[in-house]
Amino acid sequence: MSPEKMVMMANQIATFFKSQPGRDQPERIADHLNDFWAPRMRAQFLEHVAAGGTGCDPLVVRAAGFVRVPAG
Amino acid sequence: MKDLIIPWDETDKGTPLRVGAPVTLSVDGIEVTVPEGTSVMRAASDAGIQVPKLCATDSLEAFGSCRLCVVEIEGRRGTPASCTTPVVAGMVVKTRSEKVQKIRRGVMELYISDHPLDCLTCSANGDCELQDMAGAVGLREVRYEAGENHFEVRAGAAANAQYIPKDDSNPYFTYDPAKCIVCNRCVRACEEVQGTFALTIEGRGFDSRVSVGAPNFLESDCVSCGACVQACPTATLQEKSVIEIGTPERSVITTCAYCGVGCSFKAELNGDQLVRMVPWKHGKANRGHSCVKGRFAYGYATHQDRILNPMIRDKITDPWREVSWDEAMSFAAGRMRGLQDQYGKNAIGVITSSRCTNEETYLVQKLTRAVFGNNNTDTCARVCHSPTGYGLGQTFGTSAGTQDFDSVEHTDVVVVIGANPTDGHPVFASRLKKRLRAGAKLIVIDPRRIDLVRSAHVSAAHHLALRPGTNVAVVSAMAHVIVTEGLAAESYIRERCDWEEYLAYSDFIGDARHSPEATELLTGVPAAELRAAARAFATGGNGAIYYGLGVTEHSQGSTTVMGIANLAMLTGNVGRKGVGVNPLRGQNNVQGSCDMGSFPHELPGYRHVKGAEVRAIFEKAWGVEIDPEPGLRIPNMLDAAVEGTFKGLYCQGEDILQSDPDTKHVAAGLAAMECVIVHDLFLNETANYAHVFLPGSSFLEKDGTFTNAERRINRVRRVMAPKNGYEDWEVTQLLANAMGAGWHYTHPSQIMAEIAMTTPSFAGVTYEVLEEKGSVQWPCNEAHPDGTPLMHVDGFVRGKGRFIVTEYVATDEKTGPRFPLLLTTGRTLSQYNVGAQTRRTANVAWHDEDVLEIHPHDAEVRGVKDRDWVRLASRAGETSLRAKITDRVSPGVVYTTFHHPDTQANVITTDFSDWATNCPEFKVTAVQVNLSNGPSAWQEDYNAHAGLARRILPAAE
Repeated sequence: MSPEKMVMMANQIATFFKSQPGRDQPERIADHLNDFWAPRMRAQFLEHVAAGGTGCDPLVVRAAGFVRVPAG
Repeated sequence: MKDLIIPWDETDKGTPLRVGAPVTLSVDGIEVTVPEGTSVMRAASDAGIQVPKLCATDSLEAFGSCRLCVVEIEGRRGTPASCTTPVVAGMVVKTRSEKVQKIRRGVMELYISDHPLDCLTCSANGDCELQDMAGAVGLREVRYEAGENHFEVRAGAAANAQYIPKDDSNPYFTYDPAKCIVCNRCVRACEEVQGTFALTIEGRGFDSRVSVGAPNFLESDCVSCGACVQACPTATLQEKSVIEIGTPERSVITTCAYCGVGCSFKAELNGDQLVRMVPWKHGKANRGHSCVKGRFAYGYATHQDRILNPMIRDKITDPWREVSWDEAMSFAAGRMRGLQDQYGKNAIGVITSSRCTNEETYLVQKLTRAVFGNNNTDTCARVCHSPTGYGLGQTFGTSAGTQDFDSVEHTDVVVVIGANPTDGHPVFASRLKKRLRAGAKLIVIDPRRIDLVRSAHVSAAHHLALRPGTNVAVVSAMAHVIVTEGLAAESYIRERCDWEEYLAYSDFIGDARHSPEATELLTGVPAAELRAAARAFATGGNGAIYYGLGVTEHSQGSTTVMGIANLAMLTGNVGRKGVGVNPLRGQNNVQGSCDMGSFPHELPGYRHVKGAEVRAIFEKAWGVEIDPEPGLRIPNMLDAAVEGTFKGLYCQGEDILQSDPDTKHVAAGLAAMECVIVHDLFLNETANYAHVFLPGSSFLEKDGTFTNAERRINRVRRVMAPKNGYEDWEVTQLLANAMGAGWHYTHPSQIMAEIAMTTPSFAGVTYEVLEEKGSVQWPCNEAHPDGTPLMHVDGFVRGKGRFIVTEYVATDEKTGPRFPLLLTTGRTLSQYNVGAQTRRTANVAWHDEDVLEIHPHDAEVRGVKDRDWVRLASRAGETSLRAKITDRVSPGVVYTTFHHPDTQANVITTDFSDWATNCPEFKVTAVQVNLSNGPSAWQEDYNAHAGLARRILPAAE
């Protein structure tokens, strides 16, 4: 998937959780990614964030720390 | 399994069932107890006595016009009509006294005096109530001499001015006025059952004629639902198929394969030749009603375009080569395994079909999980109701509608959001309209003035014609009004919902930025109107919400679903009859395909693959290890294909190239795959990119079950042998076994047994239970052995109902100088989805092309006239189609359907999608419209490519 599309999808998810009450938004974003994004998509996402996370909402970058690293 | 013998009573009891206190009376010396309000006629029928009748039938209210059903009642004067006389305790009724028998013969004699006596050659011979009644009353002579009549073509030397020739304009039935006895049953059926009011009686006395108020049926308001044909006691309104073939001699009860209403039908046959489909009166979804699709549009099953032999080709530029099943399977299995060897086990996947049975869908997802070894399974629900799954799962704890369809009969205020039931779910719409005519209020939230907003004897109290893409703002504004005006059902919320979450929610929603006044400019909905609608919903009694893809197919689809759930909880409208949140499912088995674990993140029964204990159940049943990681969703598969990591796809009964958004992207994804296996009835658009074509079987050719929008599991029964040789579950099994699976199913009931064994909500579902009960609604298990018509009765499935904050976020798809209009898409009554089925029937008489609805203001500034070719362009692509100028759409909004591949409406739609589920944003695309000379270059290229891609080599000599 193009990095732009991936970033847009992650930002959309962050936008929703940003509106939710509580202080655990990064964890909830990460939960969503862990639950619905296939390992290869998560790997691409983590690489993108590691490389500076161009275009990512700051909350997405914070969520990355909670995203499960795919095995293998 | 033997042919089914239905134990249900098919007797026409003359008048509808009533509910009431028991009343006991005597009919011809037989004591019978019936509910208060029941007619004497129905009571007699319950006692086993059929009173002769012509104008009465139990699908319609009594009318009392034919006078054939007269009876004598002790202590009453005269001979009252038994159909219009309600029972009274202690009544003594005589249905066969000499007096009434003489009256009946006299009545019949009069009827017959104006009826042709061509019974032997009449198409209703053997299926005619007039004929039956003449026999029943003992009519032996007609003393009247031929005089003025309605049936003779000539009156002496001159033409008979009273004679009206047969109207055969409707493709499926004829109207022959010469056979009409003016019993009014057709008129009443159109009114009471269908709610279209297309028919009336014009003239008085001898001049009374059934009239459609138009030159003929096809040009009238008639929607061809068949209710009048069903109701007609003579050959006046008759299926053309019966006229051509003759009366059927056997029948099989099955379930319609069109929309998510899931109507039960009697397939009536001669041998294995289908004569007609008649809605089954004991069907709990449809209660004996039907629409033009299910009733008549089944001809695709025997259409010449059907492919009956497997085909393969090395490259998609090659012509197809017909091969044996063995060769096709070893080719497909070899390629798929080869791709896994070369690119990894995750390089292939499946798309299950929402048109196939639960059992077939279950096997396809099992194929990917147990044989491919990954979770790359998805289904067309991705592009329609995936946000329903997510949104209702989060708020209520279960991913399904809360009610049965019968519930609408107890509703006081109905909200219809982003759905067009009269076109998309016609039989439910008829039931809804019946309730509206009885006084329920209607609120329509839709950018377009759908038929429900104003049609015969139905008008919406409020139509909130919002701008496409602003659903969340409108739903939130309604909640704002309810909360800030103190209309919330606080005690319900305290008892049933998480109170802390409610407090956070009410703080949020009470903020002035959600008020109708603050959002009016954005949504285009006048604040006063929105406030009135919110108050009506909160205070009007039982409130029910029905919604469709106009809710889900948005960037904020899941958020809107949550907002709808919030509204229902706020007003205490979940957990009893007449209320609830009801997603109207697009395809026959969308609910079932979701239930069966078609989504890449969950196993059957909506259980996430990450759960070790859930995986253990299936690992034990299947003897394999299940991948704990979610697989790819359809859009992810296509992205991965373009990227080069996803290489092989088995796609059963879905045409993603036509139905999914951004056609060019879909085409690029498919073209990048090395093995696309299409399993379908026809060489659909997706098959243009396929390497293997496996011919499918129609719903008439297989056993199985469908689950409709009310969670009702209905049996699909094999009516005829599969023309392609195999039922679809057998084809999947062949493919699985060619890949080494070693499956040994010999009947779908065994697959259902495996589903029941592994999935708690289906634990009590067996074919035996379905035979006995007709159908059940899941959950059906030890706790609910008869199934569950209403959900969340004693509390929400997840425990406490959860309010979720729903902040409106504008979609990124915005209008601007280049693309100033918003395109939204939908369905029309006569066509279904991509049209693969309905385009291959006479339904094209009503809709033979997709047109672009455009408001007169927008048309005028562009110089567009009605029927002009226009170019419709978005940032994704462009296409051309004809314009239809109408004020059903608001200025700034254009609308089209996507039933015809020539139009390619999805060339226009973009790859934006719902934030939570990737459900595409079909309902909002920024577009420009201007005059054009004809089809676009893309359309011409596409047609040329499709022509080449569909070549089939002649069979080798």
